[in-house]
Amino acid sequence: MGSSNVKRFSGMQKQVLSLFRGFLRAARSKSEEERRKIESIVSQEFRRNAKSVDRKNFLYIEYLLRRGNKQLEQLRNPGITGLSSLQLHFSKTDSNAHSSIKG
Amino acid sequence: MAAMGLLKRAAQRVPSSPAFKLSFIRAHASEAQAQQVEPKARDTTSLKTFQIYRWNPENPSKPELKDYQINLKECGPMVLDALIKIKNEIDPTLTFRRSCREGICGSCAMNIDGCNGLACLTKIPSASTASTITPLPHMFVIKDLVVDMTNFYNQYKSIEPWLKRKNPPPVPGKEILQSKKDREKLDGMYECILCACCSTSCPSYWWNPESYLGPAALLHANRWISDSRDEYTKERLDAINDEFKLYRCHTILNCARACPKGLNPGKQISHIKSLQPKA
Repeated sequence: MGSSNVKRFSGMQKQVLSLFRGFLRAARSKSEEERRKIESIVSQEFRRNAKSVDRKNFLYIEYLLRRGNKQLEQLRNPGITGLSSLQLHFSKTDSNAHSSIKG
Repeated sequence: MAAMGLLKRAAQRVPSSPAFKLSFIRAHASEAQAQQVEPKARDTTSLKTFQIYRWNPENPSKPELKDYQINLKECGPMVLDALIKIKNEIDPTLTFRRSCREGICGSCAMNIDGCNGLACLTKIPSASTASTITPLPHMFVIKDLVVDMTNFYNQYKSIEPWLKRKNPPPVPGKEILQSKKDREKLDGMYECILCACCSTSCPSYWWNPESYLGPAALLHANRWISDSRDEYTKERLDAINDEFKLYRCHTILNCARACPKGLNPGKQISHIKSLQPKA
């Protein structure tokens, strides 16, 4: 759009990206096996929300950012070894992923 | 109906005893009385509408005020009773924090008709107009009336709310004693239950929630500064001697007005200010 090919992100997009980066960096401090697991859960969660959440629904995106930052803070704790997620299938909605932190 | 059910069960257990007959007669009489009283009771119903803030992150839409009408004659006197009644009987999805229902846990802090307070200590307003219940102002909402207290707790943590000593206790293995007079200095501070009513009523805290510690955390800072057993008084004073952390208090005193425990955080903050070295 602009004169350069560099993509410009809004402040909120930057926050989302830095949260994602924070998760990847936190994953590096865990074991190799857990790291791959964490990366797959996190990217799955981000992709799901990127698809399903309306990009103008700032209230909800801000809520997700706060929740994500809180989870990231927990994951950074050296006592936490990994993430695990629980796939719930309901008859009405397709699927709903809930992730929890493993001590 | 309930009485009838009980009777049936009693009848199965003791099919032919005189006690059973007696109780049956008595129950019958009381039922007849209830029928007579019922129309009167209907006259004295007093309906009250509560407008309650609703927002559910799972169903992303704009927050709204939802109306709930309940009969005050069938409800306890406090706002928390009304909320529990609404959750039990009208809308089980209504979400709020509550625990002790007697004003000692600080869980049910919320904004009732524009004033911060504990739902369990606030009487249902007698006015016939609708009452509005919203979450604590200027806090991030997690769901309905539940707010995110992370920042508030982190600020409390930042003042190091525990006893810090440089010397071992005078008698090893025993508690450090305190005179009655020294103990009295803690009155008006140790009662704080960290409900966040004061901090979230403070305009100064609204504008600087990250950098200003807020009345609750500063009250606790003063609680440890004033403690005769604590030996880090100077370090504690230095740690909060900051333009933002401490001096964003402009003695607006909304905190003293909001406090459900009747404390005065503003007074404690001015005590800290008076102890700071004069520049």
